Amino acid sequence: MTDAAHATLDCDVVVVGTGPGGATAAHVLTRAGRSVIMLEKGRNHLLALDAPFGPLGHVSNDEIKFTRRHFLGPDPLLEPRTFRIDDGDGDRRWTGDVNNLPSTVGGGGFHADGKLPRFREVDFRARSELGPIEGADIADWPFGYDELEPYYTEAERLVGVAGDHTANPFAAWRSGPYPMPPGPDMFCATVTAAAAERLGYHPYRAPTGVNSIEYDGRPACNNCGFCAFYGCPIEAKGDPVGLLRAALHTGHCEIRPDAHVTEVVLDATGRQARGVRYLDAAGDLHEVTASAVVVACGAFETPRLLTRSGIGNPDIVGRFLMYHLQTLVLGLFPFRLHAHRGRAVTHLMDDPIVPDELAMAAARDAGLPYFRGGIVEHGGAGMPIMEAMHLPSGEMHSRLMLDSPMRDCMAAFTMQGEDLPQATNRIDDDPRVRDVWGRPAGRVTYSPHAHDAACATHWAPRLEAVMKEAGAHTTFWVTSPPLRDHLRAGADPTPTSRHVMGTTRMGTDARITVCDPTQRCWDVDNVLVADSSVFPTSTGYGPTLTIVATALRAATLLAGGDAPRTTP
Amino acid sequence: MPRFLTDSEHRTLAAACDRLIPPLDAHPGAAALGVADYVDTLLAAFTFDPPRIFAGGPYSGRAGGDASFDDFLALSPLEELAWRTRIEGSRGEPAREFNGPVVGWQQRYRDGLGGLGADFADQPPGEQDRRLDADPAFKALCYEHACEGAYGAPEYGGNRGLAGWTAIHFAGDVQPRGYTDEAVSGRD
Ligand SMILES: Cc1cc2nc3c(=O)[nH]c(=O)nc-3n(C[C@H](O)[C@H](O)[C@H](O)COP(=O)(O)OP(=O)(O)OC[C@H]3O[C@@H](n4cnc5c(N)ncnc54)[C@H](O)[C@@H]3O)c2cc1C
Ligand code: SF4
Repeated sequence: MTDAAHATLDCDVVVVGTGPGGATAAHVLTRAGRSVIMLEKGRNHLLALDAPFGPLGHVSNDEIKFTRRHFLGPDPLLEPRTFRIDDGDGDRRWTGDVNNLPSTVGGGGFHADGKLPRFREVDFRARSELGPIEGADIADWPFGYDELEPYYTEAERLVGVAGDHTANPFAAWRSGPYPMPPGPDMFCATVTAAAAERLGYHPYRAPTGVNSIEYDGRPACNNCGFCAFYGCPIEAKGDPVGLLRAALHTGHCEIRPDAHVTEVVLDATGRQARGVRYLDAAGDLHEVTASAVVVACGAFETPRLLTRSGIGNPDIVGRFLMYHLQTLVLGLFPFRLHAHRGRAVTHLMDDPIVPDELAMAAARDAGLPYFRGGIVEHGGAGMPIMEAMHLPSGEMHSRLMLDSPMRDCMAAFTMQGEDLPQATNRIDDDPRVRDVWGRPAGRVTYSPHAHDAACATHWAPRLEAVMKEAGAHTTFWVTSPPLRDHLRAGADPTPTSRHVMGTTRMGTDARITVCDPTQRCWDVDNVLVADSSVFPTSTGYGPTLTIVATALRAATLLAGGDAPRTTP
Repeated sequence: MPRFLTDSEHRTLAAACDRLIPPLDAHPGAAALGVADYVDTLLAAFTFDPPRIFAGGPYSGRAGGDASFDDFLALSPLEELAWRTRIEGSRGEPAREFNGPVVGWQQRYRDGLGGLGADFADQPPGEQDRRLDADPAFKALCYEHACEGAYGAPEYGGNRGLAGWTAIHFAGDVQPRGYTDEAVSGRD
């Protein structure tokens, strides 16, 4: 682009989406002196958009607002999504909320409770180190852990992660400790973690994106307990408010909420983007021109935006959708655990990710070369309305609310089981259901691989044994999504997992991937994808720290910066 | 004074919700918890300015800080569209019917309470249960809202005198005081 042409642009880079991925890209680019306009479909409840960019005071300990009334969006009445297990379900099996992450300034980072582990070295080389599994399309990442390590370190520093770097025996190498020590352990997790240790497992204090001490001008967490699914009223969670505020402070960043990007606009060659078009709150259409576009709409909306814009091979965009197959193992205790105080999860364990002899034998019995489970989160249950809604009505309701088996006496393990990539799992447009803008609703077609189901079935009883060892008098387990044999007619078949990945895969072969190893689209190389859409595999870890680390890397390369290096 | 429901509907609703969340030992029933007021406030949300959909923040004042839950937040045009549709129904307006007509909660309560009968509150419990069971969809709607009204923040109209939280030993919103580390890590 000539200097004269560049001078007429609205900004250097337009960033679509303000979640952890978009916020990271904006931070890197503005730090490098680039001007950035961020467009966000949802409302702004996170921070003032005028200096000094303080909190707006909209966030509160309010179960009705956050969990019952779609405060952070998207409202499924305005933006329904549909779901089907496979083509056998016809056009859809379910309409409504399908893995909705917030649509708001801050995206899902706003209300996540931020367990932020790194992936392990082998996660980037699963295909070459572990080999293929029939029916899945396991691929290596186009870069390795060693290349990403400095970005992980930077991601932990920017977000503000509290943790103990010596605690997890299975962790990948790291170049330094966490920026903050771990926060207080929840009582419930100390009970279950001690039991896990007695049975030979390796629980550790979870790295969380929550301040354990004052950090980055934000206070330490005061343990209010309204954490997962809520924003933090005191800004003790760093992701992504810290990144957005830093970007705004450079003076090079503007955030426009209520700005729904409808398409990436290509030039006459169709090989370069010249900006984006968006609808504002009044429904008026605008165009923003820029020399590059960062798409960070989350792994559900990113492929839809690319498809609408004619970017990427239409046979591949939207495919290889991955979640985590969640195995929920619940234990009811004869004493109160008060898991509703403090952060939602304070301990993790990686044992199912690194299969032991028992797991390997079970894998062989299931006809599989290996099992790759996921982190086990040690947590408890939530708030009173949630508990009440799960109880029957009548006298039983009042009796159980007094005893509080769920909110106060239940411990929960959530295994975030690795979800193997399959081309048939995908996001496309529903043929009939519409959103408020009159466009097709997004549709998921998804069924977990036999590996994921067998792995869940193997680990669930082992985790129940831990619950029993911890003192639970009753244990049971379920998976989300329900395994096929457990699916009741009319029941919600959608995965509750909010870890959504893989819909615009990156790789080294332009024929079978959407993005190149620097996360740029192969066919329109000034469009960069900065979210988990690019993940070739899901691993068994929460995706968000890796979203931030990969976005840091991709945006640094886009800005022409040198890739930093660290050594083990 | 109810704002949307008639006095008679309000009485029927209070009695119906009292069957769903009945008084038991230290647990007050839904009627005493003000659940019918919660539902009436929701159905009449748009008679307030701003509409009583999203309470303000960051603090209620119950655990320190200035009380601001009562300062309800203004809705965006799209949020207003969604909540009017949900509460009032689509009423044949094309903007509300992009996926077909929607029967709003106002209509569902009017019809559902009518179906229970104006004499519902005076019936014995067994008869009340029979009438509630005759319309499972309406019973489910009432139950959902009864749970919200019994255990949600009182600024939405229910949880009268914080009795819902008190009964179940729940402190409710605790910002900006929070909990001490000992309260998180120690056994009660
Ligand atoms: C309760 C909860 C707990 C969680 N806990 C964890 C955890 O412990 N660890 C972990 O790793 N992950 C966790 N997650 C997941 C985490 O929130 C996501 O991985 C993360 O938010 C993804 O970041 P993103 O930037 O890729 O996308 P998002 O956060 O989804 O942000 C995308 C943004 O783009 C906007 N957008 C979409 N389309 C458009 C468009 N067309 N125009 C303009 N804007 C658009 C959206 O409105 C949204 O704000 C949790 C999620 C939830 C819900
Ligand atoms: S538990 Fe801590 S981090 Fe979570 S919302 Fe409360 S104060 Fe914020």
